[in-house]
Amino acid sequence: MAFYRPAPWQKPLALVLLAVLLALPTVLDSLDQSFYIGFATRVLIFALAATSLNLVLGFGGMVSLGHAAFFGAGAYVAAICQQAGLGEALLALPLAMLGAGLLALVVGAISLRTRGVYFIMITLAFAQMVYYLFISARAWGGDDGLALTERLRFAGFSLADDAALYYLALGALAVVMLLLGRLAEARFGRTIQAIRENETRMEALGYPVFRHRLVCFALGGALAGLAGALLANLTGLASPALLQWTQSGTLLVMVIIGGVGYLYGGVVGAVMLLLLEEVLLGFFSHWHIVLGLLLLAVVLFAPKGVAALFGRSRG
Amino acid sequence: MTQLILEQALNGLQFGLMLFLLAAGLTLVFGIMDCINLAHGSLYMVGAYFVAAAAQAADSFWIGLGAGVAGAAVLGLLLELSLFRQLYRRDHLSQVLATFALILIANEAVRVIWGPAPLMLNPPEALAGPVEFVLLGDTFFYPAYRLLIIGVGLAVGGLLYLLVAKSRVGMWVRAGAANREMTEALGINVRALFTAVFVFGAALCALAGGLLGPLLAVQVGMGESVLILAFVVIIIGGIGSIRGAFIGALIVGSVDTLGRALLPTLLRVLLPGDAAATLGPALASILIYLLMAGILFFKPQGLFPARA
Repeated sequence: MAFYRPAPWQKPLALVLLAVLLALPTVLDSLDQSFYIGFATRVLIFALAATSLNLVLGFGGMVSLGHAAFFGAGAYVAAICQQAGLGEALLALPLAMLGAGLLALVVGAISLRTRGVYFIMITLAFAQMVYYLFISARAWGGDDGLALTERLRFAGFSLADDAALYYLALGALAVVMLLLGRLAEARFGRTIQAIRENETRMEALGYPVFRHRLVCFALGGALAGLAGALLANLTGLASPALLQWTQSGTLLVMVIIGGVGYLYGGVVGAVMLLLLEEVLLGFFSHWHIVLGLLLLAVVLFAPKGVAALFGRSRG
Repeated sequence: MTQLILEQALNGLQFGLMLFLLAAGLTLVFGIMDCINLAHGSLYMVGAYFVAAAAQAADSFWIGLGAGVAGAAVLGLLLELSLFRQLYRRDHLSQVLATFALILIANEAVRVIWGPAPLMLNPPEALAGPVEFVLLGDTFFYPAYRLLIIGVGLAVGGLLYLLVAKSRVGMWVRAGAANREMTEALGINVRALFTAVFVFGAALCALAGGLLGPLLAVQVGMGESVLILAFVVIIIGGIGSIRGAFIGALIVGSVDTLGRALLPTLLRVLLPGDAAATLGPALASILIYLLMAGILFFKPQGLFPARA
């Protein structure tokens, strides 16, 4: 894989898309389809979660199968904050990022000692450990998950309105994409991609490989925590299902069909997968068979993902 | 108390042996072909469904077990020839994605064919009751069927040991796990060898699924939880090592079973009631993962690495 480099028309396209997304709630309202605002928020949140995994997987080259642990941990931190009376999003969201990021730091510090298949399986095992920990903790709702009695407030404004939460999710995604775009071309981003390409060489050049990887892993975890906290607000529940390993698999699927290592890969993948689900579920309740066959087709015939068609790379 | 500990120790042994049947196939697939197979748990699930369906149709547990294991072996052969051959040369990410897709397809297909409700699988009638035995002057009871599982597990384990450690084919398998290119260069058909290993692994999955069927429910999703335990086993044991899989499976089986049974009681002695009641189950359920993290911290390659 080559270094990430945005196509010249990527930025204008992103700005046009942002303008469309800003107008979306108003348009949906006027069409009397405001039900879909919630769906659009879900898509934005999963786009954020998939992007956070893409940072770890695509830029850092770490195939983590335990990303759901950080996603779910963020949701739980948000719910715990809300129950403890800390209803301000400007406090609760950073706390969720901090909690998930610290968890990722600990998991990463142990997992990154291993390579290849071992890394895939140890991240998976740690995610299972977090999952079992949460479902056996009765103080946090056990199997039922932890409900939010009301949504967080953002700088004092209520997020109870679906459109308000939509704009918060959109703002979070836009800021994260902007910063990650900068990061990918900054020194840290270059280093982490170079480590992905040739670890031994970077080690020999004197770069602290382990530390770079760990920071990248923790950053990805913190961003996943942000997405999880937003999702808990949308659904009103921090559910153990968010921590399940199939959730990690779903995020991985989003990143791969979107395009591993392309800045917008996670976004493209999340939009495609969730739209596909919404459409196919209308026709066919066993849509997982269709999804499975599609995935096999992607693996066998289009291994670079969809965003590969939109990005340019330097050899 | 002795009855409880003995019973749980036997349960742990039984669980560990079944985990070994799963982990043995998985560790060889990893070891020789460096291929990650998340769908191994699905083979276990589909195998259990085959056994349950065949046992219902034939009205005999044993015929069902034989037919189910044979069916799973055929399915494994078809999967290996059609899909896995294409995956060996691909990166781990493609393997994860493709086998994750297989899980989705398998779960949904089972739901379409057999419905969402769990299937019932009855143990053979002759083994339905408990067995009574005397140890150190005390009388103990233990279900006969579970003793059978232990017996079969030990027999298969022994057979596998002889096959891998003493036979010519086993030597090729070990050579393939240690250095695939060199083995190929020596004229061994690693490709055909691997097809055989994969089919054998699928059959072992179905055997474990069928044997555990009467104890656990045969249902959609039964493969995933056990798959992750099998992963833990081969991480602890070292990828590609049958001996590691055996020791790892026994460790995981007994630590998990004994932890769940004894840890809450043990904590109640050490801690105040409230803390013990919350901490006990939580700690018991993550015990094996803590163990795995600990072992990996000191031995990142597992206890018995196949590639030194």
